[in-house]
Amino acid sequence: MKLHPMIAALRRHKAGVVLIALQIALTLAIVCNAIFIIGSRIERVNRPTGLDESNLFLVTQQWVGAPSADTADGVEKLDVMQREDLAALRNLPGVEAVAPTNSLPLLNSSWTGSVSLKPDTRPGDKSGTRTAYYFTDEQALSTMGLKLVAGRAFNAGDVRHQGFRDNPPRPALIVTKALADKLFPKGNAVGSVIYSDGSGAPSTIIGVVERLQIPATGSWGNNFTWYSTLVPTRLDANFTRYAVRTKPGQLDAVMRAVTPMLYKVDPMRVLDDDSVKSFADIRAKAYRADVGMAILMGVICLILIAVTAAGIVGLTSFWVGQRHRQIGVRRALGARKLDILHYFQLENLLIAGVGAVLGVLLAIGLNLWLITRYEMSHLPVLYVLVGTVAVLVLGQAAVFVPARRASNVSPVSATRAA
Amino acid sequence: MFGYYFHLAVRSLGRNRVLTALMVLALGLGIGACITTLTVLKLLSGDPIPQKSARLFHPEVDPLPAQGYVPGQSKPPWGGLMPYADAMNLLHAGKAERQAVMALTQAKVEPRQLGQKPFFSDGVMTTAAFFQMFDAPFKYGSGWSEGDGESRARVAVIADFLNDKLYAGRNSVGETIRINDHDYRIVGVLKPWSPQPRFYAVGLGGHSYGNGDAVYLPLQSARADGMDPQNVSCWEAADIKHLETSPCVFVYVWVELADAADAGAYETFLSNYAQQQIATGRFHRPEVALPDVMRFMRDAQVVPDDVRLQAGLAFGFLLICVVNTVGLLLAKCLRRSREIGVRRALGATRRTIFAQFMVESALIGLAGGVLGLVFAELGLWAIRHQPAQYAALARLDLAMFAFTFVVAVLASLLAGVLPAWRACMLTPAPQLKAS
Repeated sequence: MKLHPMIAALRRHKAGVVLIALQIALTLAIVCNAIFIIGSRIERVNRPTGLDESNLFLVTQQWVGAPSADTADGVEKLDVMQREDLAALRNLPGVEAVAPTNSLPLLNSSWTGSVSLKPDTRPGDKSGTRTAYYFTDEQALSTMGLKLVAGRAFNAGDVRHQGFRDNPPRPALIVTKALADKLFPKGNAVGSVIYSDGSGAPSTIIGVVERLQIPATGSWGNNFTWYSTLVPTRLDANFTRYAVRTKPGQLDAVMRAVTPMLYKVDPMRVLDDDSVKSFADIRAKAYRADVGMAILMGVICLILIAVTAAGIVGLTSFWVGQRHRQIGVRRALGARKLDILHYFQLENLLIAGVGAVLGVLLAIGLNLWLITRYEMSHLPVLYVLVGTVAVLVLGQAAVFVPARRASNVSPVSATRAA
Repeated sequence: MFGYYFHLAVRSLGRNRVLTALMVLALGLGIGACITTLTVLKLLSGDPIPQKSARLFHPEVDPLPAQGYVPGQSKPPWGGLMPYADAMNLLHAGKAERQAVMALTQAKVEPRQLGQKPFFSDGVMTTAAFFQMFDAPFKYGSGWSEGDGESRARVAVIADFLNDKLYAGRNSVGETIRINDHDYRIVGVLKPWSPQPRFYAVGLGGHSYGNGDAVYLPLQSARADGMDPQNVSCWEAADIKHLETSPCVFVYVWVELADAADAGAYETFLSNYAQQQIATGRFHRPEVALPDVMRFMRDAQVVPDDVRLQAGLAFGFLLICVVNTVGLLLAKCLRRSREIGVRRALGATRRTIFAQFMVESALIGLAGGVLGLVFAELGLWAIRHQPAQYAALARLDLAMFAFTFVVAVLASLLAGVLPAWRACMLTPAPQLKAS
């Protein structure tokens, strides 16, 4: 089929052609970027934390009338209270392991610092690597379900305790593989010495875990998401957090039993509705904005596509109606039904093609503009290609019904009045 | 005449029910999405204290060391959080009409009633002028004096919802309340008060929207009793047991000036203060800033990016819906060439035809507006059931209600101009001949 007569025909409907092409271009630009945003949100939400997330929950509590953590005497008393809680939790039926911790991945409550290969660095020294600390004890790996890939886990002998505002040396540390590789690209991290938070006291890396995300999910944590450090130290303060791993299927029962049990150990504490949280809840809370945004964008994309398809159907239907007589003449002159069908399909492909080219440019422009205003990366070519194919297919699908109607116009109508 | 156009429009729209429904639906969806996101955006970027937001200023200084300093490019860090010493110096200098220093804390409240368990509340540690400066209204009693703060008196102001919870809403002035293991005497109870956004809490570690704080304590007393601020940053290894004297920032200063025009004078004072501190060797950077409430919130990027993105998306959506409507109206009007020809031949002027088509578009716009309103209510209802901080505040107000219709009619008139123009430019003779 020759394109020339088709283009000549389209010239007579400039406004309509421009409108369909424009609509397709805008739809492509917006849907491409929206789907890219949805994709990056989903990718963010689905990345594994490194924890074994099932059968895990967190208890956050605060004592009332507790001794001060700023005196040596107070720290010892607080540590006794904490060990009492730990022992009681570990004895609870259905509990597999319990570890004290200052935070968990996705909790957005972090203790961050930096580790360096050099001692006595000043804050802001560029040689340090940013990290988030988990202060915990010898049950950390089994409680969190972390996978050790080199060295050894903490043992009871490694574990110390300190007032939470004190800053004693940290002789033994476990780091994530990402952090180990960053500090020791040759892979000799285990047994090596690093210095944490500008300290002059050496810390030895005794083990490496495969993966452990930092607590922060905000953008400020983006450049050290996988650089976590485990410190075998119980922090003593007037508040504590305990990570609890239950036996499979006993999560709910143990979670219900925890509050009354802790009140029995010591009634002078604050344990409110938020105090006992399953890891699933922590995850849902951390990512609810991302999930909400993805759903909203998805719905809007669907409606947009539907509106555009409806617009194409509507406009093409009118064209078919308008050209009733021409179609009749062509049929009378020997065009087959298939020729008429193909004519309208090709015409739509032409318009949608022009719209898609314009749309690709718009999509890239929109993406570049979004990058200047929001945290966003460059739109991958794949999204643009898939988007282009999708709008072309959408156009073909939308045009099919009116085109079929056109192909059914009988040759006799050429002889009748329009 | 208008009545006649109206009649024609209704008949014409009735002839193509599916098409009309499609146009109205698309327009309604676009407008609904726009109004929903705009309502949220307006809510989130609103003026929290309109009566004096132009007279409230947030002094900021830069306490960072000389290392890494680039003259003219550095800005006060951490959103203007200030070291305690400088905040107190500004407070004592008293150069503004009113000034207050503040930080947020987590207050552990122990009810006296048996059987009630202790709970956490949001607390504000501040100085005496806080309440008057921010127009916080009292239900009972009043705030404390600067002297109470200096002498570390254990006095407290509580919010009405805490008063309802602990004292069943009666006048609790004079009662003692146990906060973080110390007894405080209640001197005042606030009326419901929570400016939105909670501008004074932004950057101090508090939530930006939603409920107000529950307890207000003198800063010096609360710090002496060991209450920790929610947001602390240190620029050197610091002893965080003694924040007041450490190289750390954790408080905000707000000042109220008698007139917005006095800002220049106060900024000069602030600049001189920084120079003076440089002379004593405490500071190394002369940059200061003095944003007012609205600029402070813009700098702090209080409105979440996602909300802006949603509003942008909604406008893109409306744009496509309008383009769609233009296309459909155009197609519709081209099919009616014959009708237009007849009308023109019978003496209708171009202007008449144009007006007739515009009335038809406006009618679609009105219908789209009504539908958009329904969608907007639905959207806001959905947002109210989201777990966001600002969820409960998402309601359609009268201005937005009116705006909906203006947007709807404007969008549809815009969509109608091209088809109406094409219609009125048709020459009648060929149309009549063709039939």
